[in-house]
Order: sequence, then structure tokens, then C-alpha cells
Amino acid sequence: MWNAFWQYIFIFLLLMVIAMPLGAYMYGAFFRKGAIDRFFSPVERVIYKLSGLRSQEEMSWKSYGAALLVVNVILLGLSYGLLRVQHVLPLNGGKAENMEPTLTFNTVISFMTNTNLQHYSGESGLSILSQMAVITMMMFTSAATGLAVAIALIRALSQKGKTIGNFYQDFVRANVRVLLPLSIVVTILLVAFGVPQTFSARMTVSTLEGGVQTLALGPVASLEAIKHLGTNGGGFFGANSSHPFENPHPLTNVIEMLSMWCIPAALPFTYGYAVKKRKQGWVLFATMFVLFILMLGVVYKAEQAGNPLFGKWGLTTDGGNMEGKEVRFGIPLSSLFTAITTSATTGSVNNMHDSLTPIGGLVPLALMMLNNVFGGDGVGFVNILMYAMIAVFLSGLMVGRTPEFLGRKIEPKEMKLIVVALLVHPLIILAPSAFALMTHMGTEAISNPGFHGISQVVYEFTSSAANNGSGFEGLKDNTPFWNISTGMVMLLGRYLSIIAMLAVAGSLVKKQPVPETAGTFRTDTATFGVILFATVFIIGALTFFPVLILGPVAEYLTIR
Amino acid sequence: MRAIRFALLMIVLFGLGYPAAMTGLAQLIFPHQANGSIIYENGKPVASELIGQPFQRDGYFHGRPSSIQYDASASGSPNYGPSNKELAERMKKDAEQWLNKVPGKEKNEIPIDLITNSGSGLDPHISPAAALFQVPMVAKATGLSEQRLTRLVKEHIEGRALGVFGEPRVNVVRLNMAVQKLVEERSQRNES
Repeated sequence: MWNAFWQYIFIFLLLMVIAMPLGAYMYGAFFRKGAIDRFFSPVERVIYKLSGLRSQEEMSWKSYGAALLVVNVILLGLSYGLLRVQHVLPLNGGKAENMEPTLTFNTVISFMTNTNLQHYSGESGLSILSQMAVITMMMFTSAATGLAVAIALIRALSQKGKTIGNFYQDFVRANVRVLLPLSIVVTILLVAFGVPQTFSARMTVSTLEGGVQTLALGPVASLEAIKHLGTNGGGFFGANSSHPFENPHPLTNVIEMLSMWCIPAALPFTYGYAVKKRKQGWVLFATMFVLFILMLGVVYKAEQAGNPLFGKWGLTTDGGNMEGKEVRFGIPLSSLFTAITTSATTGSVNNMHDSLTPIGGLVPLALMMLNNVFGGDGVGFVNILMYAMIAVFLSGLMVGRTPEFLGRKIEPKEMKLIVVALLVHPLIILAPSAFALMTHMGTEAISNPGFHGISQVVYEFTSSAANNGSGFEGLKDNTPFWNISTGMVMLLGRYLSIIAMLAVAGSLVKKQPVPETAGTFRTDTATFGVILFATVFIIGALTFFPVLILGPVAEYLTIR
Repeated sequence: MRAIRFALLMIVLFGLGYPAAMTGLAQLIFPHQANGSIIYENGKPVASELIGQPFQRDGYFHGRPSSIQYDASASGSPNYGPSNKELAERMKKDAEQWLNKVPGKEKNEIPIDLITNSGSGLDPHISPAAALFQVPMVAKATGLSEQRLTRLVKEHIEGRALGVFGEPRVNVVRLNMAVQKLVEERSQRNES
């Protein structure tokens, strides 16, 4: 108990030590002309020159969104091609076959949308070249896409005009100024603790008992670094970050957790600098942090208490629920990883979520349903701002005043777009889950019968919709039905809300800011934090309680 | 057209350049780790210090249950949910086996990590309690004394990182290499 407490306290402190300066750094990297600009500009000019992008003019929200979609679609197409012919390409020491069409469809969407749902196993399903040129590359570009959207929205809230920035510029800066330098540092740290980084795919050892053991290897550390920094989450190996080569040591576990948490946690501070309301950045951060702590408490307590059935079978209940967990992490670091990976919608796992206790498994599910407790790189912060505007709107309705956010009136046009983005999420979770549970195509995949099977199906679609990518991995999901359905859900979950929020940005940037008066509803106070918390909680609860009762809660009641 | 050039450049920079540069750097600074932390004995690779091995004989300490039998060209667990009947069957069966291998113990004395599948199926570690639990079995099969083996286990306990992070643990492969060494030393003494 106390050990877990201290581990958590130290990690929270480390997060603050990293996130606050990183927030300031990202403000400098995206919004100011200064030392950061001078340092990176030469590299970026080469990129612009080689791709023939002569000038970086400001764009309207429509051209910004169009550029975003064009780049994403081209990367999808190129990656699809690479995976379909990987067998004949170089660097295929593991002899991976060409990927099957529906699985390729699922995989390229999964990585381009920053989801990283994996219906294949990296050891056998991908060549080393595919791990690099498709997977690692998309881990950069999808995270940069998300960051660009957040920067565009913040820009819209901090300036007045018709444009929200240049997509290529934001995208390149996100890659070159933020993701790449951090990835290089994290890669070297991970290798130092034992994460492999080599081009050879296999190594054979003769074991102590005289057998033969084949080890899968590869450029793991470079993927692992951006996998977390980019809140991607797709493992090099099937077992993801529970694999000793992906996450060999308690300290690599700490590095990976901080890597996936630092950019989402830093963005509220970047925002605070950009809109010149640092207090409001703090309010957003603190609200998310409180939600996070509550969820972490639940999963830790449930896992530490263990599976009640163990006791009924006459086995020990000391040591908690270690099924699907690694000894080096134990209950505390496994629970924390689970909470962070589903908050920051990364989706890497250091323990098997399918084997969590019912209430322990409810937590990652609920965090992905909320989809805004920090959230993934960029898009998570966009979701937080979306909820903040809803909270402002609701408060405005209650006191009968025109709702304003940072001096910009929130009017029906913005609210309609926001409501679309808000409602898409439950729709693309609940509708396909219901469909899957009604058909053989869906139910045949269930590996854990009973109420847990409902959780498996709902988890798969929730993870796809939230662009998380973790799974209740017992689900036998490499079938055309699951590949195509979750592929569609990932696309809708990613791009509909991105387009809607870019449209909101395009609309807000044109508004004449109204001066703040004594009557202005303040959004940088603890009161607003409480309202925001309640908004998130009530909307989430109203939408998802019924399905949570059918899955995890029902399972809990049957094994209690 | 410019977007296509831009996309191709992204593949070259982040899909090829970055991993290649990192591989070069890693091979230069940390060659042992970068190639899988392989332990060599008489020039032959016998293990990775990070990957568990399937120990079946009573003369060795055993690792955790693994549905893939520590096949490190794959990874993963059976993903049993807490209410799955197959989980119950497997745990009860493993518990019976442990009671046969280590007589005189009660069912609820078996450390939990010895009857639960790890997440990776390749977990190289067990808890100190799980190692100490197996001392009678290894002592009987090797003829080494229980005191000597207990001391050996205690020497092999890795503490929490920086005194705070992670859990105390024993690397089963390293422990068994030490057991093997003791057995060999003793047989050499007996011969001479």
C-alpha cells in the first residue's frame, strides 16, 4: 500500500517536472520566433525544399483540413502497398508473409489514426522493414497530425483573423521540434536498460535444459520511444510493453509511462501561454488530474484485492491478481500503466487488460469512453477544450447569459459542430457493439464466455473509437468482420471530430473578442473546474452506464 | 504532387533514417543491450538475461506458467478473464502439481505468481517468495543443501529500482545458472 503510494507520488512529481517546461517549450516551438526557431529552421527548410513546398502561407480551416486529409490519405495508400508486398522487400529475416487485404486495411488505418489496434502479432506478421517504414513512420506522422490540430485550435483562440495557420508547418514542427528530439533521448535511455535495437530479426540460444530457444529481435527501442511519445501504443511484439524486450525494467516502465503522458499533460500549459491565461491551463490540467486519480485508485484497489474466486478455490489471495501481469512491475506499476495508457489513449499495455478483475477492467473501459482525461497527443486536448465549451454553454443556459469562452461567443453554429463531435463517439461504440453481439460474426470471436464476453466486444469498439488501441486481447479479432468494422470505427472516431473541431476553430478565429467585464463568466477558477468535471462525468455516465452494467458490473456481481 | 513528395520524404526520414541512425548509435554505445542482452558460455549463446526459459526438471527453479512455453519467437498470454472456467482449471491443476513437487505445503501457501500466467509468457522473474518455496524441490533433486540454496536465492534477489520502483524479484535463468555451477563444482570435487 505505502510502496504503491510512494511510487505514484514520485511519478506524479516527475510528470510535473517534465510537463511544465515541455508546455513552455512547445509554446516557443509553435508560436514564437526565437532560439528554437533559429535552431530547427535549417532542417525544416530542407524538408520544405525537397517536397517542393515553397511558402508556408496561413490557411483557412478548410484548406488546413484538406491538407491534413491529403497527407494522411497518401500515407495510408503508400503503407497499404508496402504491407501487401513486404514478403519480397528487404529486411525480412523473420520471413513475414504479405499481409492479407482486410488485415492490411485495418492495420494502416489503425496506425494512421493514432489508434494502433493490432489484429496481427509483430513477431510473425511484419518484416523489420514494415516495422520501420510503416509502423514507426506512422507513429510520428499520426501524432504530428493530432498535435497540428490542437495547435490550430489554440491559435484560433489566441488570434483574430480568417486563418488558423499552415498545416505543413505545424506538422513538420511537431515532428522535428517535439517528437524527434524526445524520441532520440528516450531511445537511448531504453537501449541502456536492455531494449534491443538491431536489424537482425532472430537469435537462437541453446537453453540450460538443452533445448533451443529462438528470440525475436529488431529495431525495438526506436519504435518503443515514439510509440509512447506519440501516444500510439502499437507494440513491436504481440505482448506489447509486457514483453521483456519492450519493457525490461521497472525504470523503463517509468520512462514509457512518462513518455506517453508528458505531451498530453504539457498541452494545457502550452495553451495557457498562448492564450495568455496560464491559470486556465492549470484549471484544465487539474480537472483532468483529479479524474485520473479517482480512476487510478479504483483499478489499483481492485487489482490488489485480487480475483475473489482464487480464495474460493483454496488458493492464496495475497499478492493480488497477477494473471496477465509481470513480476517486475507487480500490481502498482501495472495498475498505473493501465490508467495512463487509457487516459492518454496510447493503448500500449504492460499487463493483459482482458485478465484484469471486473472492476479493474472497468477503469480502462471508462477512461476510453470519456476520451478526454488528458487524451492522445493533440486530439485529447482538443476534446478537453470541446468539453470546456460545452460546460460554458451549459452554465450560460443556467444563468441566462450568452456563453463566452476566452471572450468569444459560443453560438449555435459552434454548438452544433461540437455536439456532432460529442455524439459520434458513443454512436460508433454502441451501435457496432450491439450489431456484433447480435450476429455470429461478432459473437464467435468471444473467448471469455458470459458477461465478460460483452466487455470484450464493447472494449474493442471503445478502443477503436477512442483511437486507443489496447484490447481485451482474447477476442479473436483477425477476421474480415472485425478488421473492416473496427477499421471504419477508427476512421470515423478520428476524422469526424478532427474536421468538426477544425470548423469550430475556423469559426472562432473570425469572432470579435468581447471585452471581459464583471459580468463575464470566468473560466479560470476552481468553480469552472468543478463544472467541467461534472459535465464530463454526467455526459459520460448518462451515455455509458447501461453498457458498463451489462459487462464489467454484471461479471463482478457473479464472481463476488 | 507536392503532398506525395512530402509523404515519401516522411517515410524516408522517420521510417528509414531515424531507426537506422538509432540502430547505429545503439550498436556503438550499448552493443550488449542492443543485441538482446545475450549471455554467452564458452562462446556459445545460452540465454538472454531478459527472457525466461521453460524449466521442467526438478533440479532447476521453475518460472511462471506460460501458455506459449517460453517460445520467444512469439509472445502473449491466454487472456483468460477472471470468470473464465479454463482459468480455474489451469490454476487448480498447476496448484496440484506444485503440491506434489513440494510436499508438506498447503494449497494456499503457493505464491500467486507460480500459478498465474505472465502477460508476455516470457517473464524472466519470479518473486523471492516463489523462489524460496521451490528450495526443497531443487535441494532434493540436486543433493545441494536447503541452507545453501536458500542463501543462493537470497543472493539473487534484485531490489526495487532506486529503492522505490517495481517489485523485488529473482531472475530464474541467472539463479539456475548459479545452481548449475554449484552442482558442477561439487561433481568436480568428488572426482578429484
